[in-house]
Order: sequence, then structure tokens, then C-alpha cells
Amino acid sequence: MKVDDALIKRVAANARLNLSGNEIREFIPQFKEIIDYFSKLDEVDTKNTKPSFQPVEVKNALREDKPKPSLTQEEALKNAQNKKDGYFKGPRAV
Amino acid sequence: MKIKEFVNEVKKGDVSVEENTEKILKEAEKVNSEYKYFNIISKELALKQARELDKKIKLSKAKGRLLGVPISVKDCICVKDVESRAGSKILEGYLPVFNATAVQKAIDEGAIIIGKTAQDEFGFGSFSANVGLGFNRPLNPFDKTRACGGSSGGAAGWTQKAKNIQISLGQSTGGSIACPASFCGVAGLTPTYGLVSRYGLIDYANSLDKIGSIAKTVEDAELMLDIISGHDSKDSTSLKEQMQKPSVKKIAIIKDGFNDIDENVKKTVLKKLDCVEYDEISLPLTNKYCIATYYLLATSEASTNLAKYCGMRYGAYDKLEGSFNEYFSRVRSENFGKEAKKRIILGTFARMSGFRDAYYLKAASVRTKIIEEYKKIFKKYDVIISPTMPILPPKFEEIEKLTPLQNYMMDILTAGPNLAGLPHLSINAGFAKELPVGMMLIADHLKEKNLIELGKRLE
Repeated sequence: MKVDDALIKRVAANARLNLSGNEIREFIPQFKEIIDYFSKLDEVDTKNTKPSFQPVEVKNALREDKPKPSLTQEEALKNAQNKKDGYFKGPRAV
Repeated sequence: MKIKEFVNEVKKGDVSVEENTEKILKEAEKVNSEYKYFNIISKELALKQARELDKKIKLSKAKGRLLGVPISVKDCICVKDVESRAGSKILEGYLPVFNATAVQKAIDEGAIIIGKTAQDEFGFGSFSANVGLGFNRPLNPFDKTRACGGSSGGAAGWTQKAKNIQISLGQSTGGSIACPASFCGVAGLTPTYGLVSRYGLIDYANSLDKIGSIAKTVEDAELMLDIISGHDSKDSTSLKEQMQKPSVKKIAIIKDGFNDIDENVKKTVLKKLDCVEYDEISLPLTNKYCIATYYLLATSEASTNLAKYCGMRYGAYDKLEGSFNEYFSRVRSENFGKEAKKRIILGTFARMSGFRDAYYLKAASVRTKIIEEYKKIFKKYDVIISPTMPILPPKFEEIEKLTPLQNYMMDILTAGPNLAGLPHLSINAGFAKELPVGMMLIADHLKEKNLIELGKRLE
């Protein structure tokens, strides 16, 4: 796997992170080492194995479709600094 | 004094909860100034809870298994109205409007919440050395140049150091209860995945996170687990099943866990096991592949979980300038620490189109094989044992020299049981070079009582 400046910038942009030149230079050899190590998993035959997304079997946990008390609007907004008229206020979308 | 005795005295009115709380708050402040175990000491809340309890006790209306018992809570577990940051600058100022279920259950039993303990940012570390921007690293109670272990480092260090009785709530994703318990010489109990509700836990990796207890004795850790376990409709992965009755007949040691580790650790653990009869077993697949599997899955899940921190609804924020991409990127880049950035990028990479099948799905499939490997062993054995950590508590200067991969390899013994969601208990096995050595007992799902029975016998 080729880990270079371009790959790291592409992934970081997907993750909404701006990295400095120093950070990128530091991360390249580290990620190369880690991703090469991850590739070890290719040695394991998983052709007939289903992936596990939980360590124990979890059945669908559904509740009745009835409203229950939950956070009030005031509580939901309590920790936001940018807000207006009972709504979260975000940056411009376009 | 044992916690049960303390609770009885409180119930009878022989001990003033307020006075006891004042005493431990003072101790916490003093220890904290030197060892940095707390991100915040919630003095006002603790004293308010204490005064209310004292009033109830006078009216003989107080009951509970933790009556007046001080509890410290890992920073990533939400406590209502107490700044809860998971050790990260990006959650600066966040005051939860609810208690995590585990915290609420402890409060319902009369617990007093004294503060939030230090940790690696979002749990991203094995030494509590990767604390968030502006946070202090907790220092090992036996040697301040060494680490407490991570990521529940503050909880374990404080539990060792506290002279007053108390229990800590910790949390483990890949070993974050066992590791610091080992390095600080206390008991750390990580339950079966899903046994304790994750509601109100600031998540790292949902399919791996477990809330558990850290205490001076196995008995105290058990008491806390009995209280916080149980089904919770607020957590869709919460189990309906309960812990099973203990039965410890056949024990084995995990051979692989004794290879390529510090000789001092090996000798200390084997000596502690002199009084036990055991077989030897091997977990070749787990031993070889658990680190790659764990870090692929944990970083993948972490990268999605951390997407919600963007300066909008809680925590760090900025002036609303620029487009949403620019704003989110700016807030995230300025407030996440370096290890958090690395793990977000690794996880985003593993889930990206073109890479997802080769990395994320492959790891999830290997996870199935690892779970099967353990399950086969538990058909024959009730408890299996290995050292908790392959090394003695390291110095900070030694940690700084490790590459990230070398750092990740430190989880070689704890990643397996965490991937498989198995309960595990780290207890002190003795000391080497005046530093504590931990021993880890692992059991099948819902068999934490096996660990507790054997742990009590061995401690």
C-alpha cells in the first residue's frame, strides 16, 4: 500500500481535518507501518466466515412506536453556543 | 474498613456523610495536585448529595448498597451538570443534561459522585499519555516518572492512592480497565459486552465499549458491577440475560501470553499461580491477529463516532465563519489532539470505498474467528489466565520513543478478550522492582462470577 502525501490529504479531507505539513510528514511513515501490519489479516482464510459487528448476538431491539418523554428543546440547546430562536445555528451551507 | 461495614454505619447514623465527603474531597484535592488523577473534582455536587443523604438518614428514609460511598467517574461517562469531556478539548464546557445509566444506578444506591477521572483523549491510548490538549497526564502512584496505564489511568491511580474508601467507574474498549488496574496494583473488572448499559457513555467504539469498575478489592469491584449491570431500554445493545452463578473447576493459563514478555512479569504471575492447578492452552489466531483486528475495527468505529464533534451542538465552538466544511474542519483540527487525529484518519481510510472490504470487513470476519477460538476453549475451561500487560509500568520517556505500532502492540494480551466481549478481571499478582504486576482472569460471556470467585481466592 502506497501511503503518500496525496492519500493522507484525501482521507483527512473526508474526515474534515486540516493537517499541517509537519503532521503529514510525521504521519506518513507511521501510517505505512500500521497499514502494512493490518495487511497481515490477508493470511487468515475468511471465505466461509461471516463478519461480526458485535461480540455477542444482539437481536433487534425495537420499542413500541409511542412517544415518550425525552429532552426538552431547552435542554437540547443548552450546550450549544451558536443558536437562534430555539434552533441550532450552523455555518452557511452554500 | 470494608464498604459494606461503612454503609452499615452510615445507615445507623454513626457516620456523617457530609463529614466523610468533605474528608475525601480534601484528600482528592491534595492527591490531585501531585498526581493529576482528576479532570474535575465535583465538590459542590458531592456536598449537595451528601447533605441530602444526611437529611434522609435522620428521617430513616435512606437505603442503598452504596449509601454515602464516594464514587469517581471516568471522564467519558456523563454526569449531569458536571463537565464531561472524555479527556478532550473538543468537549470543553459540555455539561450533560442527564446521567449515564451506570451513574444513575450508583446514585440511586446512595453513591456520592466526587469527580471525573483523567484518561487518554476518548480512550485513545494504553498509558494515559495521550491526554487531550490542555490536560495533565496522571502519574503512576508507585513512581511519578512512570505511567498509570490507560485509558482509565486516573481511576486506577486514584483507587490505589486513596486512603478513604471509594470505588471508581471505568470504561474499557481494548483493555482500558485491565491495563491501568495492572499498572496501579488494583482490581479492574470489565464485564461482558452489553451487561452494563452504555447509555450516557461518550463512545469510542460502540461494538467494543464496556463500562466496568476499578476498586481496591475484588469484593468492592463486584459490588459496583452488581449495581450497574442489567438491561436498559436506552441502549439497543444492552443484554437481557443476567450473570450466571459461579463454577470454577477447570483453569488454564494462556501459553502465548507468557512468551516474549518481560521476565519480571512472567515470574511474578507464575509464582502467584503456584497455589492453583492449571492446564496450558494456546490461542494462536488471537495472539497473532488480535492487534490488527482490534485497531482496524476500533479506529473505524471511532472515526464515525467522532464525526459528531464539529462545533455545533456541544463542546468547543468558533465564530460561524466560512462554509460548513471550513467551519467543521477548523473546529475539529484545533481541538482534537494528535492521537485522535491519527485514529480518525486510520478509521476513515479503513472504511473508504475501495478499501472497506479489504480492511474493515476483513477485520470483522477475523473477529468472528477470534470469538470462535475463545468459545472452543471455554467448552473445557471455566477461567483462563495470562499476565495483563507484557511489561512493567513504563517511564514516560520510554513511551515517547515508541512508534504508534509499537504502542498498539502493548495491548497484545487485552485486545483479545475485548474483541470477543468476554468478561475479564485484572488483579495484582505481586511486585517486581517495586512496581505492581497484574494478572488477568478471563471467562466466557456472563461468567464474571467465575472471575470474582477465583479473584477473591487469589488476591
